[in-house]
Amino acid sequence: MNGVAVHLNDLRRTFGAVHALDGLDLHIEPGELIALLGPSGCGKTTALRILAGLEDADGGRVLVGGKDITGLPANRRDMGMVFQAYSLFPHLTALENVQFGLKLRKRAGGDRAAAMLELVGISAHAARYPHQLSGGQQQRVALARALAIEPQVLLLDEPLSALDAKVRVQLRDEIRRIQTEVGTTTLFVTHDQEEALAIADRVGVMRAGRLEQLAAPAEVYLRPASAFVADFVGLSNRLPGRLDGDEVVVLGTRLPLVRRAAGGPEVTALVRPESVGVVPDPAGDARVLSTAFLGPTSRVTIEIGESVVVAQVGGELLAELAVGTPVRLSLRPVPVALEV
Amino acid sequence: MATATEDPDLLAPVPRVRAPRRGLRVRSIRSLLGTVPFFAYVTIFLIIPTLVVAIGAFAGDGGFTLDNVTALGQSYVLDAFGRSIALSAITAVIGAVLGAVLAYALATARPGGLLRRVVTAASGVLAQFGGVTLAFAFLATIGLSGFVTVFLRDHLGVDIYSGGVWLFEFPGLALVYTYFQIPLMVIVFLPALDGIRPQWREATESLGGTTWQYWTRVAGPLLAPAFLGSTLLLFANAFSAYATAAALVSQGNPIVPLQIRSALTSEVILGQQNLGKAMALGMVLVVAVVMALYALLQKRTARWLG
Amino acid sequence: MAGLRARRARRQAAFRWTVLAVMAVFFLLPLAAMVEFTTRGDSGTWSLLADWPRLSETYPDLADGIVASLGQASLTALLMLVLLVPTAIWVRLRLPGLRPLVEFICLLPLTIPAIVLVVGLAPVYAWVNYFLGGSSLTLTFAYTILVLPYAYRAIDAGLSAIDVKTLAEAARGLGANWFTVMARVVLPNIRSAVLSAAFLTVALVLGEFTIASLLNRTNLQVAINFLGKSSATMSVAVSLAALILAFVLLLLLSLFGDRRKASR
Repeated sequence: MNGVAVHLNDLRRTFGAVHALDGLDLHIEPGELIALLGPSGCGKTTALRILAGLEDADGGRVLVGGKDITGLPANRRDMGMVFQAYSLFPHLTALENVQFGLKLRKRAGGDRAAAMLELVGISAHAARYPHQLSGGQQQRVALARALAIEPQVLLLDEPLSALDAKVRVQLRDEIRRIQTEVGTTTLFVTHDQEEALAIADRVGVMRAGRLEQLAAPAEVYLRPASAFVADFVGLSNRLPGRLDGDEVVVLGTRLPLVRRAAGGPEVTALVRPESVGVVPDPAGDARVLSTAFLGPTSRVTIEIGESVVVAQVGGELLAELAVGTPVRLSLRPVPVALEV
Repeated sequence: MATATEDPDLLAPVPRVRAPRRGLRVRSIRSLLGTVPFFAYVTIFLIIPTLVVAIGAFAGDGGFTLDNVTALGQSYVLDAFGRSIALSAITAVIGAVLGAVLAYALATARPGGLLRRVVTAASGVLAQFGGVTLAFAFLATIGLSGFVTVFLRDHLGVDIYSGGVWLFEFPGLALVYTYFQIPLMVIVFLPALDGIRPQWREATESLGGTTWQYWTRVAGPLLAPAFLGSTLLLFANAFSAYATAAALVSQGNPIVPLQIRSALTSEVILGQQNLGKAMALGMVLVVAVVMALYALLQKRTARWLG
Repeated sequence: MAGLRARRARRQAAFRWTVLAVMAVFFLLPLAAMVEFTTRGDSGTWSLLADWPRLSETYPDLADGIVASLGQASLTALLMLVLLVPTAIWVRLRLPGLRPLVEFICLLPLTIPAIVLVVGLAPVYAWVNYFLGGSSLTLTFAYTILVLPYAYRAIDAGLSAIDVKTLAEAARGLGANWFTVMARVVLPNIRSAVLSAAFLTVALVLGEFTIASLLNRTNLQVAINFLGKSSATMSVAVSLAALILAFVLLLLLSLFGDRRKASR
């Protein structure tokens, strides 16, 4: 089944004095999975719920497949939704839950429901009740239920936030696999940036009711559109630098810029920890403050001049970087953003 | 670095400690001693009275007898049980339906708000406070010289007692009982309503369900055990009630609790007193069955809506 | 914009206020009638009720009943606290296997109506009369049984809300004996639950009629009932006062209980 295009035009929503949505424009291509990422209160859930019809917008339009559905009630929008918690009806088995939407449409539903449970990998538990299933299993059933009705759009409201870390990683890959297979246009809301980067075709970073950046995951990470995005997605070191044309000089190294910038010449550059190289050097002008062993990598906090830099190094290098060791820093020539 | 299987500390045998059995027993006995006051008290003032009733129901002049129990088959006793059950059932159903509606209205209000608190406190008072005070409240309202009675008579020319003074009979009891059944329903049913998650409504809508379909396929089935259980609780409550009837009814003993009163207060032969015990036992059995069913339904409710 | 959900919210609010209005009339009508009934003419009922010395003179039985009820309420609350709180904590900490039994016993009075209990209490109270006399205050023993379900539920909920086991283990690890654990560690943390149990006890005792009347003793409700035969107005006035008092009590309980929870 091929998905439809979704357009959110200039959505506005205020709760009292708070602007939950402040002119949100979002276009989702058919079959695409867009992750809306942002801190609490940025409006991502509000946008999703307005799309679902569970909340009214104060202004703006919602178009699905070219049709304006802004005034359409939720139960006529043909969308599948998965909630963060309490998705399933407790008095129905997994199979009955999945059949629910089909029965509402007067379809027998047994075969399709079974196929959906197979798709999400939970056929073995079809006869179980929600309280007999783990959190991850419940969300699989919720996904099957949403997809059973062949919706135009699939909406996921932080579906993994209530689950254990390992289950979360497993399930997010499953969701991506299923979504690709079925091809439904999908909007996925999360506050976990790793999740968003891992599964989305494009990531929309939101702040205070507006989209800061909407781009492919690599783009958002490597070429953040603003200091907020650079900070929210991944870690950033703030280092003083001197603007020089199209480049910025940080710690003696010339680094290209993500985009042209005006102002300066004194600026603050945002440098990723993995771009910082660390080498033990008795003559080095930097010193190790602390280390944290993270398994495959390690994080080393270094003092250089007046700045504190966090660098990411391979796990095996840690033995040589005890606290107090003098080191020499080098910066890889990847483009950096500037704090505006 | 040594691997786990080579680490000498991990391979050392763990010393096994055996707890001295005598010490363990002494500790449990001391623990049990702490509960003696409670159990002793409950035995004297709860268990023994219950046994008095249970055993007394089968006691007669010559020891064990079934006379009291067979005496329950007399028409006036059966009538009283019948009326008690009818009164309890009718007021339970009316109270359940109206109480559920009121509880639903409250559930849609703001959770911590003043309205809910006030109504809940008022429900607590009316549900459990005193049958006597309620009886007198109704006397002041629709008694022979009550506010409403007088109002209807003087302003609308309607005499509500033209067909007899029903306030002190079955219909009057039913009306006053409903007055405390509805608040009790609110107290008992409101938690179940609060257990209905908004996500279920939203999920139904997004799957294409209408409001009617939501109530018939989701909320209805989920609330059914709670509703039924609450109705049973209301039944047990009305069945056990004594004070209201004692204050209202002065002639005759239409319901079982009043029959028991007369059995207790009449100075007659021993046989009559034990009939009272048999009736009491009958009451306990009815209430026990109802409460057992209620407990079963509560388990289901707690699992879905807890 | 359609504002569909706003429409539904408005319809729900309209339904809510209609239902509440109708119910309010139904439930406030008797209370209004009581006010009207007791203020007919210039009977001076309320001024008499507020004047204790004159009241005890004119209606000595009523005054006795009120005093008896107040005494019973205090003593029952006290006995309940002394008996139930330590037992509930003790069982939780040291005899968890006994908890279902204790719970069953505490809920038993719900299944044994007061009218049945009083039938079996008569011989027990014969002994109580022998040892302690026939004062109305001895009803405390029976009342403590009646309040068991409600008080136990309140205290049990309070104990469930705090992790009693961990608190006790921490205290014991620091060297406290069991008494210290109960009195100085657990008890302060279940204050609101205990208070709630006390309030419920008082409300219940003030409303009790069955056992007092059938054991031939006096309390507030018995006195009101008796008074009804001679002075309708005064009995209605006292009933109204009692209802309002109980309402204020329970309202305070709900407000106070929530504030303590919020402060955590």
